[in-house]
Amino acid sequence: MREPPLSTLSGWGRHSVRGRERVGEDLERISADVNLSRGLGRSYGDASLPPEDQPDVLNTTFADRILSFDEDTGLFRAESGLSLSELNRLLMPRGYFTPVSPGTKFVTLGGMVAADVHGKNQHKDGNFGDHVTSLKMRVADGRVLECSSEQYPDLFRATIGGMGLTGHILEVEFGLRRIPSQWIWQESRRIHDIDEFQDALEDAAPEWPYTMGWIDCLARGKNMGRGILMTGRWADAQQAPSRAPKQGFQPRLRFDWPSWVLNPLTIRIFNELYYRKQWRRRSSGVVSHESFYYPLDAIQSWNRMYGRRGFTQYQCVLPREAGRSSARRVLEVLTARGGASFLCVIKDFGRESRGLLSFPRPGITLALDIAVRDDTQELVDALNEQVIQEGGRIYLAKDSFTRRDHFEAMEGARLEEFRAIRDRWDPNRRFRSAQSVRLLGD
Amino acid sequence: MRVAFLGATKGMGRALARLMAERGDALCLLGRNVADLERSAADLGIRGAAGPVRCTACDLERPETFASAIDAAREALGGLDAVVVTAGVFAAQEELEADPTLAERLVRVNFSNTVLFCETAKKALLEEGGGTLCVFSSVAGERGRKPVIIYGAAKAGLTRYLEGLDHKHRADGLRVITVKPGFVKTSMTAGLEPPPFAGEPDAVARRVLAAIDRGVPVVYAPAPWRLIMAVIRTLPRAIMRRINF
Repeated sequence: MREPPLSTLSGWGRHSVRGRERVGEDLERISADVNLSRGLGRSYGDASLPPEDQPDVLNTTFADRILSFDEDTGLFRAESGLSLSELNRLLMPRGYFTPVSPGTKFVTLGGMVAADVHGKNQHKDGNFGDHVTSLKMRVADGRVLECSSEQYPDLFRATIGGMGLTGHILEVEFGLRRIPSQWIWQESRRIHDIDEFQDALEDAAPEWPYTMGWIDCLARGKNMGRGILMTGRWADAQQAPSRAPKQGFQPRLRFDWPSWVLNPLTIRIFNELYYRKQWRRRSSGVVSHESFYYPLDAIQSWNRMYGRRGFTQYQCVLPREAGRSSARRVLEVLTARGGASFLCVIKDFGRESRGLLSFPRPGITLALDIAVRDDTQELVDALNEQVIQEGGRIYLAKDSFTRRDHFEAMEGARLEEFRAIRDRWDPNRRFRSAQSVRLLGD
Repeated sequence: MRVAFLGATKGMGRALARLMAERGDALCLLGRNVADLERSAADLGIRGAAGPVRCTACDLERPETFASAIDAAREALGGLDAVVVTAGVFAAQEELEADPTLAERLVRVNFSNTVLFCETAKKALLEEGGGTLCVFSSVAGERGRKPVIIYGAAKAGLTRYLEGLDHKHRADGLRVITVKPGFVKTSMTAGLEPPPFAGEPDAVARRVLAAIDRGVPVVYAPAPWRLIMAVIRTLPRAIMRRINF
């Protein structure tokens, strides 16, 4: 076959490398001589991008067949390129939903496993990987095998949240949940500062299965960390409209915005308006699951808003032991450097996932969208140093700037265990990504 | 609708079979690799196909498999309302020039064997008192074009054959539908630079299904290719010799 030329591949934050995607319906056949998989490319940084010396990467999105579904138990199995969007479209009308959904539906099942995604119900239901019962994989020595918590448990644990570094994920089996409707009963309330936010999340946790908060990152001093707390639960048959939610018009950004559009002033104006929108202390009502779960999916290619240089998302978790004030200290690092984050999200985590390198741990997580500028590396370094002091860590699915020594300081013993499992399954480090070259020295 | 489908596992065929399944059509899948057919059958069944989706072996490279496959499909479905053929071989012009064996195989599969398969399907549909025969040809058969000389020639032959079938058997209740896809982003065209108006398999499938339902004899998909090919057909040779389209 002819070798197609290299092209530009990029993550959602528009960080890009030269590479070449192999595509096809038959993953088992085409995965034999490629050393990294990617799905819909929604990880923000370089996790789905091939390393420089090995430009080929498998794109799984043509492998999207549903292989089995048990309506009684909800047990579901599909090829790894199936998107959550397609799964929702097919099975939500029948009353089933993924036990854990990230903030976009444009992800593949394989990507959901590799990043061990979490959602607004992390405090209650854990991560996606906690609901995976079995994975079919192609590993470095060429074998195709099934792994689970009983069979090759070390491989299973390292693959959940393993960013694709343990092999190709070919099929994913997990349990779907029954839902009473496709609508969410949502309540939002205004929060005045970062301390109140953490109290409010904690108070809401036992009562609400879904919680998250938006923070105005430019507010300083006594207003630091003000924002809106959003909580929700599935609307029952009485609350929900009898019709299914309609898919509204979804505009698409067709060009890159100039980089000056998002500046501290415009962000300040947006934040002020958004905060004032929640003019009542508390409001509630029924909304479609789309607007609750995937508000940003309503604008296709919204990443173009950040201009040609793109953006990075900085997401960290601060452990409970670090205390209430740790979130304030991290936000202070951002504001002290004049860093303006257009979108800042806060959420509490309940428990650690079983994935070896998975992100969450009990505590509080902050996610900051930061446009890439000349000083972004220094800003991320400064945030990382603070997070290390707090005993926290970062989310690999978002990262493209963290330095290797910072990453090692965050991960400690977990990383050694991950290395040991890779030594067993892939001693020659066939499976590598641009991210693993940067963070693991592959 | 009871449909025998050759090529439902990949690309545009997969997209079209899924639309049929989601509206509750009954499907029998024909193809070379039965294990792979069964995976698609599971997918289509969960998406809503009526009854169990059956699979039966049929290899476009082996015409002796055609009659038994069509018979098996008729039996499994308890009759037959439509036969769809999306299967075929694609290779770039340079590859075909470099490899005469591949060129021979492509012309044989895409032209003679597809014609033979349609002859078998036609007979079965006429015995049923009529029905729909929907076959994927290509815009490549509309004009001799530099990047698709051999592939286009085979598809041109297929298009003419289907046109003749329509002329002869429309009155007998056989509706022949010739689909002419332009550039569609599937695994078959991966690695090629997509031209403007490149289509998605799902959008193409929607257009084709509407044409099947209405009995439209010729479908261009995506739609702008009807106009593009109308222009290409009128270009003088002097221009065709210069451009690389």
